[in-house]
Amino acid sequence: MTPGPAPTAPAAPPPSAPGSAPPAGERAAEPAGGGVGDSPPRPDGTLKVTGEFAYSSDLWAENMLWGMTLRSPHPHARIVRVDTAPALRLPGVHAVLTHEDVPGEPRYGLEVRDQPVLAAETVRYRGEPVAVVAADHPETARRALERIVVDYEVLEPVCDARRAAFDPDCPLVHPPGSVPLRPEHNPRGNVLRHQPIRTGDLARGRTVADLRERADVVVTGSYEVGMQDQACLGPESGLAVPAEDGGVDLYVATQWLHADQRQIAPCLGLPPELVRVTLAGVGGAFGAREDLSMQVHACLLALRTGRPVKIVYNREESFYGHVHRHPAHLRFEHGAAADGRLLYAALEIVLDGGAYASTTPAVVGVAASLGLGPYEIPHAAVDAYGVYTTNPPCGAMRGFGAVQACFGYESQMDRLAEALDMDPVEVRLRNAVGRGSVLPTGQRIDAPLPMAEMLERARALPMPPPPEAAPGRVDPLALPGGAGGAGVGASVVRGVGYGVGLKNLCFSEGFDDHSTARVRLEVVGGVPVALVHTAAAEVGQGLVTLQEQIARTELGVRRVALHPADTSVGSAGSSSASRQSHMTGGAVKAACEAVRARVVALARARGLLAGEGGGAVGGADGGVRLAADCLVPPGGAAPVPLAEVLGDAVVEETREFRHRPTSPLDPVTGQGSSHAQLGMCVHRAVVDVDVELGLVRVVALDAVQEVGRALHPRQLVGQIHGGATQGLGLALMEEVQVADGVIRNPSFTDYLIPTVLDVPPMRVEVLEHADPQAPYGLRGAGEPPTLSATPAVVAAVRAATGRPLTRVPLRPEDIALP
Amino acid sequence: MHADITLTVDGRRHQLRVDTRTTLLDALREDLGVTAPKKGCDHGQCGSCTVLLNGRRVVTCLVLAVAGDGAEVVTAAGLAEGGDLHPMQEAFMDHDAFQCGYCTPGQICSAVGMLDEAAAGWPSAATPPRASAEGAVAELDDTEIRERMSGNLCRCGAYAGIVSAIGDAARRTHAAAASGIPRPAREGGRR
Ligand code: FES
Ligand code: FES
Repeated sequence: MTPGPAPTAPAAPPPSAPGSAPPAGERAAEPAGGGVGDSPPRPDGTLKVTGEFAYSSDLWAENMLWGMTLRSPHPHARIVRVDTAPALRLPGVHAVLTHEDVPGEPRYGLEVRDQPVLAAETVRYRGEPVAVVAADHPETARRALERIVVDYEVLEPVCDARRAAFDPDCPLVHPPGSVPLRPEHNPRGNVLRHQPIRTGDLARGRTVADLRERADVVVTGSYEVGMQDQACLGPESGLAVPAEDGGVDLYVATQWLHADQRQIAPCLGLPPELVRVTLAGVGGAFGAREDLSMQVHACLLALRTGRPVKIVYNREESFYGHVHRHPAHLRFEHGAAADGRLLYAALEIVLDGGAYASTTPAVVGVAASLGLGPYEIPHAAVDAYGVYTTNPPCGAMRGFGAVQACFGYESQMDRLAEALDMDPVEVRLRNAVGRGSVLPTGQRIDAPLPMAEMLERARALPMPPPPEAAPGRVDPLALPGGAGGAGVGASVVRGVGYGVGLKNLCFSEGFDDHSTARVRLEVVGGVPVALVHTAAAEVGQGLVTLQEQIARTELGVRRVALHPADTSVGSAGSSSASRQSHMTGGAVKAACEAVRARVVALARARGLLAGEGGGAVGGADGGVRLAADCLVPPGGAAPVPLAEVLGDAVVEETREFRHRPTSPLDPVTGQGSSHAQLGMCVHRAVVDVDVELGLVRVVALDAVQEVGRALHPRQLVGQIHGGATQGLGLALMEEVQVADGVIRNPSFTDYLIPTVLDVPPMRVEVLEHADPQAPYGLRGAGEPPTLSATPAVVAAVRAATGRPLTRVPLRPEDIALP
Repeated sequence: MHADITLTVDGRRHQLRVDTRTTLLDALREDLGVTAPKKGCDHGQCGSCTVLLNGRRVVTCLVLAVAGDGAEVVTAAGLAEGGDLHPMQEAFMDHDAFQCGYCTPGQICSAVGMLDEAAAGWPSAATPPRASAEGAVAELDDTEIRERMSGNLCRCGAYAGIVSAIGDAARRTHAAAASGIPRPAREGGRR
């Protein structure tokens, strides 16, 4: 295997950067071949390129049945009658289950237990599961669904999120008191969380009108963000196998095994230990797999029939079968002095949560706390609302509330620049946060956050050749819209725009965020092998590679094996919030350090190491190092092979890792250090716009991102590319179009995701200012570029057209000049 | 209605009886247990199910199994001969041209088929008009690769790696076999 081309090398932190030195001792570990900082191949790579990697939809078991789901055709209706008998009479059908067949808790939910396993009296979104069948063939199952009779009494749908939030006469999606909302979230009517923030004079009784008078310039804007779909290519799927002990083994593509287990078991009426969940191959996640989809259904059917049951959603069903990114309605007002310094901001953020809560409360918390973005604003009033409607449920998607806010505040920064006739980068520089800045929640930024440097670097990146000079200019392929766009070069205008995104990394607001790792070191076939076992979900981000790298670095071994992720080890938390490198990485590191300390002690006990020295975990163990499968004593003594140190011994340690505690937000003032860590990405987009046709071609989408420390530079660049690509999609094409509660475009013909032709070359510059709070100084990297790419692209289109462009995704009719 | 058909898949001959409405993708995945081609949409929109059918790349969700009677199917699994990865597979590894990997078997089959098409002089919409007329692909640069690979979606957004991997593989294949495949414009397709 020859090493691949290095991506743009991470830039070394400039010597003057404050806090750029790594935490003491953190770099003492050897960057062994394939260790931390290297870019070894993915351990699952060979299986993936040969098609032999087993995704959840590839699973098969002897005697297996196929499960399928009957879904509501109405967004809001009362169920009058369900008759399953005609379906049960069909040969090959083994079970037809409704809510009456759920033996335990009738509802589940990540944050609020409000989602029925199968709808009972009411359906609250089009596509809500009403019944499930198990049959010997998918076709039999499909025909069985057609035979289930359900009579509905159609109710008025609640489709308008602003009405749901503010109209006291709006019908309620959930009867009062029927769902366990938390009082500190200020629930009221259809609002399941309202998070206010008040700072400065706006916390001291002054009004926005007072501040407006003190500002030299005021910009206001109403913005909308459409519903984005994660559109994982691998559909929701899994296989449930009934076990002899009355429990069930579930193999499923998920982001969080223990959260699945915690939600499934009560619904089945089983203790958690009888619901064993193992990760199957995950074909992308991006938030869509944080909630349950088919998990409980497959387990119910397996337990009922006594046979393995597999469920695989098709593409259309997938659009109904998972949560989406919250559509957002934003009303932002910013006031500034004539020199560009921001004085105040007043924000209203309404997020459409759809029929069930999913992670809406947490999304509201993120949108509120980061609503001002990376800008110092002394006086602020933020009101963020998450509401119930009868639209498809919304929850986690890469960026999680911060994406929507970012489109709003970055659009406002561009408006402000225009109002002041100032360069958009300059306005951002004047107000940029950095270490020591205070967020509107009162949280002080205590890690390096070199925003000004990032903006300067982004501005200094080389520009693509101007349209006139670009080769093949007359070639229609070089025009927006490509060969089918029918454009002519004369109507093409170039635009450049910037976007900056600030994202919380790891779970926030007091959540007990932790991960667990078990590491075992033993001699197998004469060589030391480390076995790493966690419940962390590999979803494509490359966490399996990082786990191996950390074990190699910390234990000095060449061979590392990974145990399949399952619930037989403690929780790793979710593969979301850009948190796994930090959290599971931290857990693997801690477990390895504990193993290393025991190996050193073992060497002493066996007389292979002289002296009593240190042995401090995390340091150099009294000068002892583990490297190249050997224990290297201090002072130049000869290395001792680990195989000799270990002999027959098996050294195993399990460790939990936690980031520093965070605080909830005060329900009235919004104060609280709610975030563990922050990440930032700056994007510069260059676009060509056909101003007659309203078509956009993204010419360049270049990024500068602060990552703390690059553990795997090549995978890291892939994360930044992937995040930017999804941000580009939100800017230009991706929207689940919902009309009267019905998804109008549940296919890849009508829901467009960027193809290889839509995505330009993307230059990436990576800054490494270590975060002293995090293992190796790292910061998660997957989400920040998803924030910044969208406003950068839109700003570039605005620069080309002069049109206001207040809604994403942009539509040709918004762009084309009248 | 059912029909008896013969399929040779990755060198193995299978005889099977299928419902005539069965797609080639379902016949491969469900009847034969060949799961290298993935189902991402079942409607010809994503390219995850791409295989080489008698040497040409096709999306198997749009082909009826009966239409493939007697055909030779090569999946991503079949490209790796005797345990050795195909140069395209090696290039995908080296360029980190995937994340979740779900689109990857389809991308790789598509890329292998695409290189053969280019070698045979098939023009694309990106081929300059003169070269098209002469039945020659001047150079398999990134623009050509992007145009020819635009039917394969990658939701993880690994396109940069995919384009550079294919350029690299084209060069490797060219060097190894001197098969007439045009050289990419830039070293390894890097930019
Ligand atoms: S599954 Fe065949 S193209 Fe998507
Ligand atoms: S690697 Fe995930 S879809 Fe391409």
